[in-house]
Amino acid sequence: MSDEGIKMVATAFTIAVGAVGPAIAIGMLASKAMEAIGRNPEAESKIRTSMILAIAFAEAIAVYALVIALIIKFT
Amino acid sequence: MPGVHISLKAEKVFELFGFPVTNSILATWAVMLLLTVGAWLVTKNLKLRPGKLQVAVESIIEMIYNLFVTINGDKTLLFFPLIATLLLFIMFLNWFGLVPGVGSIGINEIEEGHKVFVPLFRAGTADLNTTLAFALISVITIQVVGIKTLGKEYVGRFFNTKSPIYFFAGILELMGEGTKVISFAFRLFGNVFAGEVLLTVIAFLLPVIAPLPFIAMELFVGFIQALVFSMLTAVFLSLASTSHEH
Repeated sequence: MSDEGIKMVATAFTIAVGAVGPAIAIGMLASKAMEAIGRNPEAESKIRTSMILAIAFAEAIAVYALVIALIIKFT
Repeated sequence: MPGVHISLKAEKVFELFGFPVTNSILATWAVMLLLTVGAWLVTKNLKLRPGKLQVAVESIIEMIYNLFVTINGDKTLLFFPLIATLLLFIMFLNWFGLVPGVGSIGINEIEEGHKVFVPLFRAGTADLNTTLAFALISVITIQVVGIKTLGKEYVGRFFNTKSPIYFFAGILELMGEGTKVISFAFRLFGNVFAGEVLLTVIAFLLPVIAPLPFIAMELFVGFIQALVFSMLTAVFLSLASTSHEH
């Protein structure tokens, strides 16, 4: 396989596989947060703040994969 | 991709006493100037019976304070200059990349025989140097605060000689501090740079109406990333300044 070709495959593979874990994690986080809000609607703003913080942590992993994909593509 | 100009590192625009000034440094200076002049203008005539502008700004500051008081408790005022500055500066620096003209107005230079387009401005946080600087400032401040408030107990978290397992856990904590720097830097850089690449590609493919929802998403992402950066700093500051006695 040519040099250019394997670069493209590597880029696509990196971000495709790297986004699966964080997507599942964010889905689980959001669903548990919604359950918690449903059980205790008064604590909604506290739950929402903690949920956003935790989602940002999970999304950072997807961003690491994206940065590696961009580095592979553009250098 | 022919015709699309995307560069991982910020391009040098001119040199100042032998120090290369890149387009992201120019953007950082522009936002610094904007925030400093804005702050000076708003606090020029502080009155005890405030006019409308002062009330608006004071309510914004109070909103930010209420956001952090749940995390830091009674030490919030002590840390407020750092975390509020991180929040506002990073937010405006992220949004600067969306101003029309940033990334598109530039000069054509000849480099190594072929023409290269060098934009005059670029989002400040789309440069790994800037985000690495922010990350180092945050993590070093966390260490200093820990040593100042907790003293020997804080150092004892990393060099625990009670038993081999505690010692190993301490070494892992030390490595965790290093990964905090990398995590802070890459989270901010990745989000803003990927947003820039996305906007460039969408504008290249469908220049007319399609970029609008993506620009809205970038506004949201810029705000959320600034919020996350400052809130994580606040959380780690509170962890470093509260005593955990087993």
